[in-house]
Amino acid sequence: MTTAEKTATQSEEVLEQVLTVNFGPQHPSTHGVLRVVARIRGEYLQDAEPDLGYLHRCFEKIAEGWTYPQIVPLTDRLDYLAAITNEWAYVLAVEKLLGLQVPERAEYIRVIVGELQRILSHLLWMGAYALDLGATTPFLYVFQERERLYDLMQLVTGARMTYNYLRIGGVKRDLPPEFFPLLEKALDNVLKVADEYQALVLENVIFQARTKGIGVLPPDLARQYAISGPMLRGSGVAWDLRRSEPYSVYDRFDFAVPTGQNGDCYDRAVCRVEEIRQSARIIRQAVAGLPAGEVRAKVPAAIRPPAGEVYTAIESPRGELGVYLVSDGGPQPYRLKWRAPSFVNLQVLPEIARGAKVADFIAILGSIDIILGEVDR
Amino acid sequence: MNLEAFLTEVKSRFPGASFEQAGQDWVLRVPAAEWEAVAGYLAGHGPRFDYLSSLTAVDRGDRLELVLHLRALAAGERLTVKTDLNREQPEVASVTGIWKTANWHEREVYDLFGVVFRGHPKLRRILLAEDFEGHPLRKDYVDPRRRKVEGQA
Repeated sequence: MTTAEKTATQSEEVLEQVLTVNFGPQHPSTHGVLRVVARIRGEYLQDAEPDLGYLHRCFEKIAEGWTYPQIVPLTDRLDYLAAITNEWAYVLAVEKLLGLQVPERAEYIRVIVGELQRILSHLLWMGAYALDLGATTPFLYVFQERERLYDLMQLVTGARMTYNYLRIGGVKRDLPPEFFPLLEKALDNVLKVADEYQALVLENVIFQARTKGIGVLPPDLARQYAISGPMLRGSGVAWDLRRSEPYSVYDRFDFAVPTGQNGDCYDRAVCRVEEIRQSARIIRQAVAGLPAGEVRAKVPAAIRPPAGEVYTAIESPRGELGVYLVSDGGPQPYRLKWRAPSFVNLQVLPEIARGAKVADFIAILGSIDIILGEVDR
Repeated sequence: MNLEAFLTEVKSRFPGASFEQAGQDWVLRVPAAEWEAVAGYLAGHGPRFDYLSSLTAVDRGDRLELVLHLRALAAGERLTVKTDLNREQPEVASVTGIWKTANWHEREVYDLFGVVFRGHPKLRRILLAEDFEGHPLRKDYVDPRRRKVEGQA
């Protein structure tokens, strides 16, 4: 047998073998520190098992030893791409326990910064997802826009990513007057970028070939796994907590809940891009209807909610962000459970990736939009 | 059928169960022995609680309380279900056969509280390392690496 023949036989054998391969924890496609133990046969994935915990920081345990206001900045570090949403979910739970009425102006400001946050998060996802599929340019385009929006967030909150802006009973400070003209311009730009992305990426034949029919999640399976956010809506279930269980002042705004039909990676991408447009719509309505008044309710210096418990959930860019808060009447939470949408959504990965090609696995993982800071907590 | 009527029906079927309204939410308490049976009933009857938002536990000092947060997507209802577990030997049937999403939630509760879920397909730690000792979300857990400062109580 010649060397060439020998090599050929060996590669045949490798193709027949089932190999166990590690994706991550240090792999660019895992968006953080996720390890996936994959079993592959040739180019096909037989099974994939996520291995979590590399970023576990004992958030829930730490929270039991800190006072209620101290925990707000801690929540910023969970889903670090949507820090406002984390703060919102948390302060909402505390306010419910306290029975606290938040000033209307503060609610509107929360909606404005919250929806800006959703746009920021989806923009990054759009860039990173195109990058996952091998397109470098969209990443640079969306980052340009993201920078402008981050400047806006800095103007309002003083920080770029970990804001510590929401307070129990309101927000830290009012929107500065110079914010509004800048916001108007920024929203125009964002809508332009969404259209560009639509034309250059979503309607791109390569992008469609890489995402249509890939990673299909049927609606029944999505419910079984309690999937939420654009992933659930991509599968055709019109479930958005802003609509189906309105919190804050969301019942006053007119916006659509985009859904997909096939539940594949493509539909999830389309939903996210459309959600950017809807968020811009909500922000414009909130700015137009912004009432005058205080931005913080009167809150006692020491916050001690009466003994009891509450489960509140809000629609984060990734789905149902639930906070289960138990108080024993003391200055610290007795128990704080963080229902992270990324943690729940990631669980379905093996189901929708089984049988896929290795390259498509990257497309499927990217389409879930996980943030490991929130998965591992 | 409203939720209260449905819960009354659940109670007549499972005599150990009781329910109450806490704020806007309804809380159903069931004995640990009927945990899986009640869960299966809730998922398939009445408003059909087909969506398990979260499964977690609370260390109440004298017992471990297991908590389910359920949704019925079509009916738009919410329900909290609870059961008490013995702190020394917390064991309960797994509900992974009813809601697949329970898998990782149960692994997390096993990891952080030490609750054993009978019938779970792969009950292993999920957030902490495999060789980690103890269950840190229990109130009596003491971090072995914690050092006391002199003079501190």
